[in-house]
Amino acid sequence: MSKLPPDRAEGVFVDFKPAYTPAQAVVEANRCLFCYDAPCIKACPTSIDIPQFIRKIATGNVEGSARTIFDSNILGMSCARVCPVEVLCVGDCVYNEMGVPPIQIGKLQRYSTDAAYEAGWTFYEAGESTGKSVAVVGAGPAGLAVAHRLRRFGHAVTIYDKRSVVGGLNTTGVAPYKMKADRSVDEVEWVLGIGGIDLKLGVSVPGDVSWAELEDQHDAVFLGFGLGPDSVLDAPGADLDGIEGAVAFIERFKLGGVDLSSIRNAVVIGGGNTAIDAVRELVGLGVQNVKMIYRGTESRMSGYAHEWKAAKQEGVRVVWQAQPVAYQGEGHVTAVTCVRMDDAKQPIPGSEHDIAADLVLLAVGQAKLGELVAGLDGVETQWGRIVTDDDGATGRAGVWAGGDCRNGGKEVVNGVAEGRDAAEAIHAYLTGGA
Amino acid sequence: MADLTSNTAGIISPNPFWLASAPPANSGDQVQRAFDAGWGGAVWKTLGTPIQNVSSRFGAIRWRGNNGVGFNNIELITDRPLEVNFREIYETKKKYPKHAIIASLMVETREEWREMIKRSEDAGADGLELNFGCPHGMCERGMGSAVGQEPKVNERITSWAKEFANIPVLVKLTPNVGDILPHGLAAQAGGADGVSLINTIKSIIGVDLDNLVPQPVVGNQSTNGGYCGAAVRPIALHMVAALSRDPRFQIPISGIGGITNWRDAAEFIALGSSSVQVCTEVMLRGYRIVEDMIEGLEQYLASQGMSRLDQLVGAAVPRYTEWGHLDLNYESIAKINADACIGCQLCMVACHDGAHQCIHPNPDGTRVPVIDESECVGCNLCQIVCPVPDCISMVEVDNGYTPATWNQHVSDGATLRPKKGAH
Ligand SMILES: Cc1cc2nc3c(=O)[nH]c(=O)nc-3n(C[C@H](O)[C@H](O)[C@H](O)COP(=O)(O)OP(=O)(O)OC[C@H]3O[C@@H](n4cnc5c(N)ncnc54)[C@H](O)[C@@H]3O)c2cc1C
Ligand SMILES: Cc1cc2nc3c(=O)[nH]c(=O)nc-3n(C[C@H](O)[C@H](O)[C@H](O)COP(=O)(O)O)c2cc1C
Ligand code: SF4
Repeated sequence: MSKLPPDRAEGVFVDFKPAYTPAQAVVEANRCLFCYDAPCIKACPTSIDIPQFIRKIATGNVEGSARTIFDSNILGMSCARVCPVEVLCVGDCVYNEMGVPPIQIGKLQRYSTDAAYEAGWTFYEAGESTGKSVAVVGAGPAGLAVAHRLRRFGHAVTIYDKRSVVGGLNTTGVAPYKMKADRSVDEVEWVLGIGGIDLKLGVSVPGDVSWAELEDQHDAVFLGFGLGPDSVLDAPGADLDGIEGAVAFIERFKLGGVDLSSIRNAVVIGGGNTAIDAVRELVGLGVQNVKMIYRGTESRMSGYAHEWKAAKQEGVRVVWQAQPVAYQGEGHVTAVTCVRMDDAKQPIPGSEHDIAADLVLLAVGQAKLGELVAGLDGVETQWGRIVTDDDGATGRAGVWAGGDCRNGGKEVVNGVAEGRDAAEAIHAYLTGGA
Repeated sequence: MADLTSNTAGIISPNPFWLASAPPANSGDQVQRAFDAGWGGAVWKTLGTPIQNVSSRFGAIRWRGNNGVGFNNIELITDRPLEVNFREIYETKKKYPKHAIIASLMVETREEWREMIKRSEDAGADGLELNFGCPHGMCERGMGSAVGQEPKVNERITSWAKEFANIPVLVKLTPNVGDILPHGLAAQAGGADGVSLINTIKSIIGVDLDNLVPQPVVGNQSTNGGYCGAAVRPIALHMVAALSRDPRFQIPISGIGGITNWRDAAEFIALGSSSVQVCTEVMLRGYRIVEDMIEGLEQYLASQGMSRLDQLVGAAVPRYTEWGHLDLNYESIAKINADACIGCQLCMVACHDGAHQCIHPNPDGTRVPVIDESECVGCNLCQIVCPVPDCISMVEVDNGYTPATWNQHVSDGATLRPKKGAH
């Protein structure tokens, strides 16, 4: 597996939510009410038995605690760091109803899963070989979850990924103050520790290996290739230097170095979570003036309120109700020309104005990769997403899908849940429903 | 993984965790759900002539924000028809042949004991538990602790049961006695195959100060109840150990009282219990607590290099001795880890007001107290009040004195180190 360079720009970031010490973890664990039919479990897409894993921290059974987590979510270690718990488990903790601070489930989950990782507990062994083999396209959260579960059932797995790093956006996308790339890569190695997962990196499907070859060589195929490149805002000047997709920029500084020393004014266009991440990241990377430009109002942003609150506290500024219409500059961008938008997100004529910018990051969505499956008869797409049943089965026998390419772009934990559930269905398919 | 199979006087269960005879083991549906959750056995809610219960029935101690540190009840034995109970025992045993079901019984006459034992055996029970422990209500009718407090009666009824029974007989002892030993020995003398202890402790859990009625309130009155839950564990541990360590006492023990997790269970087992029973924590949190108990105990055994549960049974008993055998020359003192200290100074006030006045404000003005080691008697109080784990540790001091007990001092004039803190 390719190693990450040590001098990555993301190294300047520290954990926004620091790890618990044992004392802190036990105090917090003892606050948990051990609710029955707990709302936090229902709020978790992978349905981790949260009260049970927390009780085990309180009794000193940290190993059992980690096992409880991994039983439901094999990427529990990164989910502990990257999940938007404020709108998932923690958001549904019954203490919220009492006006008492909710249990810090993510931090407790990190406590147990980190302990498992440090101690080298792997918990799972590959099942007895079934002689069946499954191709997984994409080494992101969805692909890893399906692969691990399939190995527990004893099926051989080959993962194909066009990148040379593993982990998908969990490695290349999530904000470094939540998790740095190396932790994600370490986690993947831990997951692969189950053995029997053949990794083919730098191999693009269907470019390097065709669908026909894939289906020939394997008994089932799982599609977990995520989303495509950043969407662009077609406007005059869009090809000037200094204008870049936000996800591409994030990948660049997470996996290597970036030189931002000449940047005076950075601008991020968008109001979603990637935009919020990008502005916080630019501030953290030392850019003096960081502005977000969003065409709606604060109340209409699609990014999470808790993330936006943190961004504001970190000194991000924002231009509400503005939309770029052109980029200025010669060779390199110097300003973004915007129009002001009314409350219906319609441009107000004559409101053009320039906002100085020598770095522009576009965080206005990512392309869907539906066209990749054009050669797979029976696999349907809708708005570029792959259409499946509840278990992830596409319209083509033997082909499943999960994660961002299926759900249109959610969270890591959704990818894990969809991959895990698809593995159960693939196993039933390969073993004749037994 | 270590093998948790448990054998208590011939009653075999896949693990040592049993439901105690109480509301969680009241019906077939409940016991079956408990077995599904992982419990290894269940002592059925005590069977006898069905009674009528009062409302309300329970009370609990709420202490520093925790509900149910101690628990109290004034309910009696089963209020369900006997034929229903026996039928459900039969059905449950059939469905779960590997799990242990123990019929808890409480009746009065020899004939009644004969009949109840026969019906229990016909229903497929793996063992019997004679309830000589209930300290409220039933004792007023000459049963429960009224039996358990009289060694002669205990022995006589036990011998009846042994006469009628073909399956192992456990005698459930009451803690409402000055010394548990004669009662354990009485059961043994009556032929019991084992004992279980403790039942609940006679108690009044509180008083409703608005209406001046003790709790739990029944109309405008109350009565004493039975105390259980985490708070009674030390009393139960002692009673279990008091039997285990006495050479005359030779029969197995099923330990009960305040068990909430695998650690508590391991402690009971280390002091001589072959199985453990739980009531209150299940009432407070449900059957699902057993998952952690099983896992935690397996891991603990493995960490001790033990592969079978019986290797732990009684493992701590040899190190329970009399005060006169303790080494008076052993010396420990408290040390504060300044890096971990958060400056609450609870240790300081505890030592000043409740111990030996040897923890002092730091002359450097910080809130990390300093210990005058020449005065510290090593009592543990500061460590107990410290909210930060591992901040205060008790460290052994090599004072150069060879070990000497009080008994050796009295009999052979062994030299004792000078007293500390006795000015
Ligand atoms: C900037 C950003 C920040 C995010 N932050 C968070 C966060 O904090 N918390 C959170 O839970 N989620 C976050 N997400 C979302 C999360 O990362 C994704 O939902 C998740 O990674 C989706 O998993 P996946 O396996 O479906 O796809 P991906 O993680 O995208 O993995 C897909 C993999 O497929 C490979 N691939 C693509 N095309 C091909 C091909 N043709 N052939 C072979 N391989 C291919 C890719 O190289 C990639 O490795 C963030 C997303 C972004 C963009
Ligand atoms: C509500 C309640 C009812 C009980 N009923 C019985 C009973 O019928 N028979 C019996 O032997 N013990 C009975 N007990 C005592 C328990 O079996 C057990 O010995 C005691 O509660 C101590 O264990 P614990 O601390 O785990 O609760 C009862 C206890 C409670 C709280
Ligand atoms: S626990 Fe159930 S039976 Fe008891 S008072 Fe509450 S509702 Fe009634």
